[in-house]
Amino acid sequence: MFILKLIIRNAFRHKLRTILTIVGVAIAVMAFGLLRTLVGAWYAGVESSSASRLVTRNAISLVFTLPISYQEKIRSVPGVKGVSHANWFGGVYITEKNFFPNFAVDARTYLDLYPEFILSPQEKKSFIVDRKGCVVGRSLAQRFGWNIGDVVTLKGTIFPGQWEFVVRGIYRGAEKSTDETQLFFHWDYLNETMKKMSPRRADAVGIYVIGLKDPYLAAEVSLAIDGMFKNSLAETLTETERSFQMSFVAMTDAIVIAIQIVSYVVIVIIMVVAANTMAMTARERIPEYATMKTLGFGPWHIAGAVFGESIAIAMIGGTVGVALSFPAGGWIGRELKQFFPVFSISTMTIALDLLAAFVVGTVAALFPTWRGATINIADGLRRIG
Amino acid sequence: MKECPQIIVEIKNLIKTYSRGTQTIPVLENITFDICEGEFLALMGPSGSGKSTLLNIIAGIDKADSGTVTIGGVDISSLSEADLAQWRAVHVGFIFQFYNLIPVLTAYENVEMPLLLTGLSRTQRRTHVETALGVVNLTDRIDHYPSQLSGGQQQRVAIARAVVTDPTILVADEPTGDLDRVSAQDVLGLMTRLNKEFGKTIIMVTHDPRAAEQAHLVRHLEKGVLNNVHS
Repeated sequence: MFILKLIIRNAFRHKLRTILTIVGVAIAVMAFGLLRTLVGAWYAGVESSSASRLVTRNAISLVFTLPISYQEKIRSVPGVKGVSHANWFGGVYITEKNFFPNFAVDARTYLDLYPEFILSPQEKKSFIVDRKGCVVGRSLAQRFGWNIGDVVTLKGTIFPGQWEFVVRGIYRGAEKSTDETQLFFHWDYLNETMKKMSPRRADAVGIYVIGLKDPYLAAEVSLAIDGMFKNSLAETLTETERSFQMSFVAMTDAIVIAIQIVSYVVIVIIMVVAANTMAMTARERIPEYATMKTLGFGPWHIAGAVFGESIAIAMIGGTVGVALSFPAGGWIGRELKQFFPVFSISTMTIALDLLAAFVVGTVAALFPTWRGATINIADGLRRIG
Repeated sequence: MKECPQIIVEIKNLIKTYSRGTQTIPVLENITFDICEGEFLALMGPSGSGKSTLLNIIAGIDKADSGTVTIGGVDISSLSEADLAQWRAVHVGFIFQFYNLIPVLTAYENVEMPLLLTGLSRTQRRTHVETALGVVNLTDRIDHYPSQLSGGQQQRVAIARAVVTDPTILVADEPTGDLDRVSAQDVLGLMTRLNKEFGKTIIMVTHDPRAAEQAHLVRHLEKGVLNNVHS
């Protein structure tokens, strides 16, 4: 109890110094947490991918398409529950700054494979029956103020022209990590237009999405599908949805690693700053520690006082940092919504933030604790005056 | 000279040296003397004569190279650091030149500190602290922090802290060295009272002849050698 009282009073003895240290730790912890959240957002697509879905694409490259005729063949493979397909459309809404993912999908089958996109039966039905209809995510609709019945015009970049869609449904995500920034429209609409404008590009599919009866069948079904189209003009590469998403993240691996390194460097820097502060503090209090030892207090009492003060300052800073990371994360999430649809601070990140603060406090206290606990009384007392 | 009913401190053949590089500097050379229970001893001598070192060895916060220090029948030269800390907490009261109060603790909390190492309850500790602060006439300053007290008042708090455990000996290193004349007189009067009324054995290092006048015995140290005795 006495040591606790000493820790609290000593911690705020030099208010400015303590507050500056707390602010430093808070900013470092907040930066650490936000950078980790950024890395998490990078992997959000991977994390939200389903284990019971496979993706089949052209074996040469994703840029190349697959014939629509593959759909029924894939459906016949044992273990396949459902098949749908999608094409990356790459349309631009007014200006390129308004980027969001948009896909031409098989309207009748696609949403069945994605139960995480929650849509009312009425909206789903009106989407399926309207060939120019589209479904948009809740966040996307909020961003541009779209409502059911609104006409949305996209400028095609891969498929030239002005493409008009009517919003027939607004889906919400089943999970916090579900992407609510996408737009889906009828592949039939795209295909029919292509047949007129550029027949060679018609009847082509970007990827097939395959629903499995059992996630454990993933390897078996993948081999069967790829084997089926071996030595054809368009050989396939089938992989789990997770691997498929991971292949996009892998392209930017260096950036992710750089962000992770920066997040650790931030912590190391504040560790050095906090260690310097604690060393200064301990040096100033050597005579007091010597006095306490003179009165009969042992090294463990001194160690507890020094260590406790360091941990208290670091944990206050850590807690403030965690508290600040929510409004900061919210702001970043809103500003970068188009690039990172899912930007939320996880419980794990909060735990790591607090762990980082604890490590900062511990490392900063090591030398001063040792110094305070092992001080020679006579030497310590000589410093007074 | 006062009669000696019982010897409380026995110092035999005490030798202490300091090393500076390859050089060995003798600080205490074969010191032997006794202190009687209830005695008020002043140690005098020029700077660097070894008087503070001798006081520190008697108080158990420094160790001699050889020789023995027996206090109340306990040979403290043979105690481990941990045992010595426990022994100090019970048997020695310290009065320092610069008071050495903990600035973040009130007068009450500073005086209470040595009692925290005993098994006394909070109520018992309160009684002891209030008694000690009463002896030094500071019951009205109980909740004041050291920075809110004058030098003389701080030294009185330090004296209360030194006596609160009712130790076997009181050691004082230049207790008036940082005080004005009036405060110094006040502190010396208090120490004399502790010696006379409460029978406390006091060993005081001082440069101040006026302070030494309060002692029963004055011993002079010069270059580590105990020279003479004045009573």
